[in-house]
Formats: sequence, C-alpha cells, structure tokens
Amino acid sequence: MVTSVTSLGRNGLSDWLVQRVSAYLLAIYAIGLMAYLLCNPGLEYAAWHALMTSVPMQIINTLVVFSIASHAWVGLWTVTTDYLTGTQMGSSATGIRLVVQTLLVLLILVYVLWGLVMIWGGA
Amino acid sequence: MKVSIYRYNPETDREPWMQDYEVDTGGKDLMVLDVLALIKDRDSSLTYRRSCREGVCGSDGMNINGKNGLACITPLSEVAPGVLEGKKPLVVRPLPGLPVIRDLAVDMTMFYNQYEKVKPYLINETPAPAIERLQTPEDRAKIDGLYECILCACCSTSCPSFWWNPEKFLGPAALLQSYRFLADSRDQATTERLGHLDDPFSLFRCRGIMNCVSVCPKGLNPTKAIGHIRSMLLERAV
Repeated sequence: MVTSVTSLGRNGLSDWLVQRVSAYLLAIYAIGLMAYLLCNPGLEYAAWHALMTSVPMQIINTLVVFSIASHAWVGLWTVTTDYLTGTQMGSSATGIRLVVQTLLVLLILVYVLWGLVMIWGGA
Repeated sequence: MKVSIYRYNPETDREPWMQDYEVDTGGKDLMVLDVLALIKDRDSSLTYRRSCREGVCGSDGMNINGKNGLACITPLSEVAPGVLEGKKPLVVRPLPGLPVIRDLAVDMTMFYNQYEKVKPYLINETPAPAIERLQTPEDRAKIDGLYECILCACCSTSCPSFWWNPEKFLGPAALLQSYRFLADSRDQATTERLGHLDDPFSLFRCRGIMNCVSVCPKGLNPTKAIGHIRSMLLERAV
C-alpha cells in the first residue's frame, strides 16, 4: 500500500475509473461535434452561437471541461511521478515534483474557471 | 561470431563498458548461455548467474540484443536475424533497471521486496485437514498460467513503470503472484489482499503496454492477471 495525497482521488481505482469515463465522454463529444460540423456546411455565427448558448449544450460543455480537467490531472500526475523521481533527478526530485504538481493543478483550475466563465458568462 | 558483453566491476571500473569477444561456435545454433560459457573458459573474470541451464531456475535472466530472456533457453537463431550467421553481433547486457553487482549479475533485492509484499503464500485460518486441502479440477484450473512463474525478473525489468518506481509499483511478476493467490479457492485472504492493491501505485501504475507478456520465457501473461485483479477491485468498490 502506497499513500499518495496529490493524486486526484487518493486512490488508484477511482483515478483509473475517472480517466476511463472522462475518456469516453470526450471521445463521444469530439465525434458528435465533428458530425455536427460535417452535417452543417456553411455554418454561420448566429447558428453556432444559438447552439452553444442553449442550456443542454451549456451543460454538456461544462461536463466536457470537467472531463478534460480530471483526465489531464490523472495523466499529468502520472507523468510527474514517473519522470520527476529520485531515479532521474536525485535528492531534489521531491521538491521539484511538488512544485510542478502545484503549478499544474493551479493551471488546470484556472482553465476550469475560465471555461465556466466562457460557457455560462452569457456572451 | 562477434559477441559484445557489458562489463562492470565496481572495484576497478569507474563506469561500465562493452567488451568484444570473437567466439567460434562452429556454426552451431548454441544457446546464449553456451556462448557465455565458451567465453568464460577464456576469460574467467566474466561474471553471470546460472544454475539449472534449462529454463527452470530463473537465474540467468539477462538482456539479449535488447530483449530480456533466459540465456539458457534462448538459441542464437532466435536472438535476432543474422546473429547465428555471424553477420550481426550478439549483445548481452544485465537486466535493465536493477543495480549491477558485477557484469551480468544484478541486485534483485528491490524485485524480491515487491514479491514479499503480496504475501506469496496460502492464507487459510481453518484447521488443516489430515492429508491436503482439496480443490475441484475447475478451481485448480484457475491457477494455471499463474503458478508457473519462476521469478527470473525478465518481466518486471522490462517494464518502464517498474524502472521509474521500483519501490512503489509492485511490477508484473509480483502482481501475477498476487493474482495466483487471489484466484486460489483455498485462500481466504481475498479482502485483505485486495485492500493492499487499490492505491495509485501498487497495481494501477500498470499502463498495459504488455512488455511483460512479450518477454516472459514461460509464456505467462501478467497483464491479463492485472486485468483480473482490477476487475475484482472494481466489483468490490462500485
């Protein structure tokens, strides 16, 4: 048993599940959006704006933002704990890892909030 | 044929180096271990482990032309095209990712520590019957493909997740053994065993790249065993 306080759910199974579920959601969203664009050639701003400001689409977009954020965190956390370790960088590894993880998590948080402003800001 | 071997003696060498030997195999399809023996006859300083020389003891795991395997059951013809004919050199290095003691002998402590963590023995608190604990043939069949592991470490030392986190990630060999007891109908410690596996490292550091499957000299499938454990964890937690 290895304890970890910086992974998304502090638990391997939950991280694994979140990564899988968010991956499916993102795949379906990407395919759906592409299908919409292919089915609507010559799409104009007004139609696109109407679609994106409709409540169902705002909810879907919010789910997508959270999916990208959690998926990215599980993946980037794995990258930092694989490559920013004592094996590669000696005794300074823990400090570097903590700083990089903190910066990444803050950046993801900024993106989430920014995304929510864009989706729900009523522009 | 040309043979290139990783040499490192911590008492005299500042860093590892590759030594080239010219070996006359008479065109025979020898095992890699036989080639090493021919070299050791001439240069007794060459160090490697071997014991049964027939793929049962698991002592002579090494990296042969980039792929981990047992030297005693790897014929030159299977190493890489052109090696047997002498067109390409045979390149032998120690198992990657573990500290080198000398030449091809590595320190297996980290590997054994992970093996120990999965409690690789039957846990059953009920009084032992007079002769043996019985199992149906169906239940017995469930541990086929699991019990055959000889702990040669070829799989774990070919796994990048084990290279990066050898103290936190159990590695394919230990996880295969973990499932060997989880799948055993006579074992009663399923809950306790699973309880030690659901953190982000012990099992979930496996990204399913299947290097372990491609190198296992016994043809076992640790990735599949890891998948089974994951399903058991999921069943318990969802």
